[in-house]
Amino acid sequence: MASGIRDKVAIVGMGCSRFGERWDCEAEDLMVESFQEALGDAGIEARQIEAAWFGNALEEQHVGKSAVPLATALRLPYVPVTRVENLCASGSEAFRGAVYAVASGACDLALALGSEKLKDSGYAGLPQRSRGVLNGQYWANYSAPGAFAQLASAYRAKHGVAAQDLKRAMAHVSVKSHANAARNEKAHLRNAITVEAVLNAPMIAAPLGLYDCCGVSDGAACAIVTTPDIARGLGKRDLVTVKAIQLSVSNGTEAQHDSWDGAHLVTTRVAARRAYEEAGIRDPRAELDLVEVHDCFSITELVTLEDLRLSPEGGASRDVLDGFYDADGALPCQIDGGLKCFGHPIGASGLRMIYELYLQLQGRAGPRQRARTPRLALTHNLGGAPHQNVSSVVIVGGGGA
Amino acid sequence: MTAVAAGGARARGEEAIVDVGILSFGAYLPRLRLQRAAVVEHNAWLNPALRSQAAGERSMAGWDEDTVTMAVEAARDCLAGVPREEVAAVHLASTTHPFADRSNAGIAAAALSLRAEVATQDLAGSLRAGTSGLLAALAMAGTAGPVLLAAADRRRARPGGSQELAFGDGAAALLVGPGRPLAKVLATHTEAVDFVDHFRASGAEYDYGWEERWIREEGYLKLVPAAIARVLARAGVAPGSVTHFCLPSMLSKVAPAVARRAGLPEAAVRDDLAAVCGDTGTAHPLLMLAHALEQARPGDRILVAQLGQGCDAVLLEATAALAERRARRGVTGSLARRRAESRYGKLLAFAGAAPFERGMRAEGDRGTALSSLFRNRKLVLGFVGGRCGRCGTQQIPKTDVCVAPGCGAVKSQVDQPFAELPAEVVSFTADALAYTPDPPAVYGMVGFAGGGRLFVDFADVEADEVHVGMPMRMAFRIKDVDPQRGFTRYFWKATPATQG
Repeated sequence: MASGIRDKVAIVGMGCSRFGERWDCEAEDLMVESFQEALGDAGIEARQIEAAWFGNALEEQHVGKSAVPLATALRLPYVPVTRVENLCASGSEAFRGAVYAVASGACDLALALGSEKLKDSGYAGLPQRSRGVLNGQYWANYSAPGAFAQLASAYRAKHGVAAQDLKRAMAHVSVKSHANAARNEKAHLRNAITVEAVLNAPMIAAPLGLYDCCGVSDGAACAIVTTPDIARGLGKRDLVTVKAIQLSVSNGTEAQHDSWDGAHLVTTRVAARRAYEEAGIRDPRAELDLVEVHDCFSITELVTLEDLRLSPEGGASRDVLDGFYDADGALPCQIDGGLKCFGHPIGASGLRMIYELYLQLQGRAGPRQRARTPRLALTHNLGGAPHQNVSSVVIVGGGGA
Repeated sequence: MTAVAAGGARARGEEAIVDVGILSFGAYLPRLRLQRAAVVEHNAWLNPALRSQAAGERSMAGWDEDTVTMAVEAARDCLAGVPREEVAAVHLASTTHPFADRSNAGIAAAALSLRAEVATQDLAGSLRAGTSGLLAALAMAGTAGPVLLAAADRRRARPGGSQELAFGDGAAALLVGPGRPLAKVLATHTEAVDFVDHFRASGAEYDYGWEERWIREEGYLKLVPAAIARVLARAGVAPGSVTHFCLPSMLSKVAPAVARRAGLPEAAVRDDLAAVCGDTGTAHPLLMLAHALEQARPGDRILVAQLGQGCDAVLLEATAALAERRARRGVTGSLARRRAESRYGKLLAFAGAAPFERGMRAEGDRGTALSSLFRNRKLVLGFVGGRCGRCGTQQIPKTDVCVAPGCGAVKSQVDQPFAELPAEVVSFTADALAYTPDPPAVYGMVGFAGGGRLFVDFADVEADEVHVGMPMRMAFRIKDVDPQRGFTRYFWKATPATQG
């Protein structure tokens, strides 16, 4: 019987570049920026990295295929480097690879780095790309906001929510993230906005307006992981350890079978259930101190809060409007601004989420640090569309949690 | 010059008379009706004579409709209730076939999931292709079995000209064969005369036409009455007994003048639908015939004629079977399914008549792997999925492993056609970001009666009228046009099932 990943691996160093429209940077520059921070944080040198995982999703927009761009940018000493791609959850996939490598005993120090340079496409929004030889012949001609807008229509039908009520709750989600990002100097979008601004913004994919959509950003984030013993040997106290890593991938049921209602993410529910089990969490709403979810769109955050069993089904709007998920609420969600405002350099996002939790668990999050240091925190990283996707849930703990 | 006198074809070795005629019919008009006044408002500065054509509306194909898609829709209307395996041949008539070398009728046959050994033929070269196709189908159907004749045109007109106002887009389909026809053929006549009222050279975009008065005097008023006289004489029918006279013409008041000269009753002259649809080219005589069949009574005599480098004439007689015909969309339903469109720019954009800005998102490669299309032709062209032989679950696409949770049977599925299954909206959006020639891109998940669902593009839908649970009907449409290689790829889209 598998025993899971709980407390077998510690994060010894992390780094994150400034996210945003980095017109002056190649993807490689962003990798180096995040890696240098992580090395300094870990107190090690690059030559000590024994294996690395490189996460990115739209490599044809920047570095091209393979893991060579990472090994070259960081001048890694001919160690094994693996490129992983699993849509917008690629960063979490890189993390999973590095953590599993350490847990297996194959190496002592492993690197997970995610990077994406999206702002060389020439236009706003995610770049268009080929969907595969057959898929292109019959898939709907959809964009990311259009795919996630589907959730809103089905959610409204399922829960009998009026269009304007859901739109207003979604607006509060975005207003919260903008307010949080104002205290994050690495965030892409740091301006405060109002509910009215969200409601009056141009429509992108109904009912999602401009402010219901996350930023498309350049950036990189990384983690250096090791065993708890080695971490202590490096002089680390108050270790941040991995409590759970779970990934769930659609198998076509949602896309083809009538059993799915279109109003929730099947994969998120499965990944969360397994992660809570792996981490020994029974009541996530009460036990978790901080969450970073994949808020690619405001509706995604609302639905995800329910899929993670943090809010009751149909009740996320109420919790959002009550301030439950605010930075000073009971369970802050997106305290760093989230994808919405920290930004979404695809391959970096999963690691960026962990980066924020890592800082918060150690009391190092600066002006946005929670007054009471969190002990147990969760990331949710999602790739694809609601009807076919990959969903990752990572739980980390500090302070002896 | 050929002619057939027929009251039916005598089946070889039998005494029974088997009537050959029209077993079924169908029609399709694109939903958009461009308001002529809007066009005139844009172009009268250039050509003030256009003001005389400002009345009424014309049918206008969407960006994702062409001759093949419209023909398929007319054929589906025609074949409702007809077992598809009975169709022996598909003939597709048009002067605007999307492919010069790829069987357009073959695409239609695949979309209609007709039997593998179906005969296909593209008819072209003249506005007479539709009626000549009808003559040919009548001649061969007695021995070959039912022929599905579809005629469609998506006519291109030079911006600013009168054709832009006179043309319409549309399709008609007839199932021609032996059996118990709705209308039996009494006689046919055809003759070829190289009377060039207009022409379009191979590869040219637009027609070039001669003076209208000459076309009227030397063409309509001489060639057509002569052909009518021949067909009536051959059938032994007096002109005064014709009850429906179908003669397309883009010149005003031509049909009544021809009727007078041919001795046909004035009341027999049928509306050429110029006010509500425009002239749909090769489809138009068949569209007018279908319209006549919708209104005819048993015993009515229907005369169809078409001018086009010669003249075709067909005389039909409605039978008692017409009274029992099933309901269909037909011409009446197609005319009722309309949305007024006043944006002339859409005509220019959809016809590719002006290089509109489409944005960088339009630059993506839309290449089609032809080998993949061939492997997946049942899915892509026929909209055929699978049904699990073990658990009975319907699913599309059909794959090796059944999708039903807990089943997982391998290679258990038989073909399950989805095209005619009623559907309804599960989720949707109207997307202003994704590239489409006609924004916003409306799409979503639709679920099918009996099970199965697919995330598909919608068509003919207004963003503010979609709702979860809305009944939908699948339609064969253009999925993408590949400007780099000139290839058109087709797929099925969800359209509102009930639409005024």
